[in-house]
Amino acid sequence: MEIFEIVTYFVLLLLVSTAVRVVTTSNVIHAAISLVFTLALTSVLFLLLSTEFVALVLVLVYIGAVIVLFLFGIMITRAPLGKNAELDNDKNKKLGAAIAGSIFFLFSYILVNGFEGEVVITSGSSTELLGEILLSRFVFPFELVSFVLLAALIGGITLARKDEALIDEDQV
Amino acid sequence: MTDVLIKVGFLAIAALNGAVIFTIMDVKGASWMQRRPGPLHVGLRGFIFPLAEILKFVQKEDIIPTEVDRPVFKWAPAYVMVSCVALFAVVPLSPTLVVADLELGVFFALAISSLGTIGVLTAGWSSANKYSLMGGLRAAGQLIAYELPLILAVVGVVIQAETMSLVGIVEKQIEWGVPFVVGGQIVGFLIFMVAATAEMMRVPFDMPIGESELTMGFMTEYSGIRFLIFYISEYMNMFILCAIASTLFLGGYHVPLLPTEWVNFYGPVVLITKTAILGFILVAVRWSQPRFREDQLQNLAWKILIPASLINILVTAIMKVGF
Repeated sequence: MEIFEIVTYFVLLLLVSTAVRVVTTSNVIHAAISLVFTLALTSVLFLLLSTEFVALVLVLVYIGAVIVLFLFGIMITRAPLGKNAELDNDKNKKLGAAIAGSIFFLFSYILVNGFEGEVVITSGSSTELLGEILLSRFVFPFELVSFVLLAALIGGITLARKDEALIDEDQV
Repeated sequence: MTDVLIKVGFLAIAALNGAVIFTIMDVKGASWMQRRPGPLHVGLRGFIFPLAEILKFVQKEDIIPTEVDRPVFKWAPAYVMVSCVALFAVVPLSPTLVVADLELGVFFALAISSLGTIGVLTAGWSSANKYSLMGGLRAAGQLIAYELPLILAVVGVVIQAETMSLVGIVEKQIEWGVPFVVGGQIVGFLIFMVAATAEMMRVPFDMPIGESELTMGFMTEYSGIRFLIFYISEYMNMFILCAIASTLFLGGYHVPLLPTEWVNFYGPVVLITKTAILGFILVAVRWSQPRFREDQLQNLAWKILIPASLINILVTAIMKVGF
């Protein structure tokens, strides 16, 4: 076996163990920190596939922003030190496992059958090609995604800020 | 393998030395501006001060309070340290003297610099202390708010240089004849420096630490070597962000009119001089300005810096296409 494969399998093993820890630990913050490691290892996998841009986007957006906001949200609302018994939800464990398994098989089926070993990117740097494809062939889905994000943003503001809040600010 | 080890060793040494230089500069700047006799006169005119500081922290007891979340508490300084040291990898001292000339150098720097936030947040939470938690929350709010203008300010440079490689950006400035700060990115430079100061959590943006209100913010419960890691990371971060600012906006390892054939000889000196000048400005600001209020801080980021950096991107893009 080549060293590249050994490294890949080692990273995959670590990835699975951290991902399992995210859902099994009974401490919210520990789960979030395990998620950081899961995402970091996913980013390493993308690096091994030589798609540096996706790897760095994962670090910048997911670890640097999403997880930080997660942690921020958890800490500002409820995050007791030590174990939190409410987090263990035994009733839904089987259902969760079934859904996770079916998603895994669905994705593997699509990815294996959809490409059948075809090499998509043949020349040039992957970042440049990604930029060109996103702004030519996939420009409509790309713009659509930004509208979805905008809608989510407005929805978040309307849910979080009722009229009372606005009145309160005027009084201040 | 030895090659990698040498590079890692170089990174660690560069990061530590950068931090020590800036510690000396900060402490001597403070003593010069406020007439503090210690760092000005004690031992070799005060220059061995950081050595005494490090020795002091290393021999102190590493106290871990009983109520803390032990693993999280212990590992929090590591995230901050790693994110600072990894940044040193992409800054070129000369066209060849760079640990890794990545194609996406700028993007790598921005992505890695965002990792430190996790260390600060987890340190604040795991300390089981109200002051620490407040400090951690303030730090998170501040770092999230100022990461955006930092990234958006760099986008202008990337558009103008047409590359994300830091060496490529410097080469482009040599080609232009003037650094980008003169060639149209002055607004971007100012936004970058303000946002970078906030990212370093230095005065006037030091509410997460705020000695007068929060004891020591998210670092309150730390002592000994773990406190030293937080402390030294601040100066590493300061050094490396100044170095990145000099590379992106001030022409990096090259000064106009110097012959480009000799760049490998004078490159490191030029870059470190530029970094030190920026660092001196930060020191002067720290010891002469008061602290912002929390709402002023958020207003500055969301209402002034982010719109200004978006306009900067728009203008740069129009100039790029139009001329």
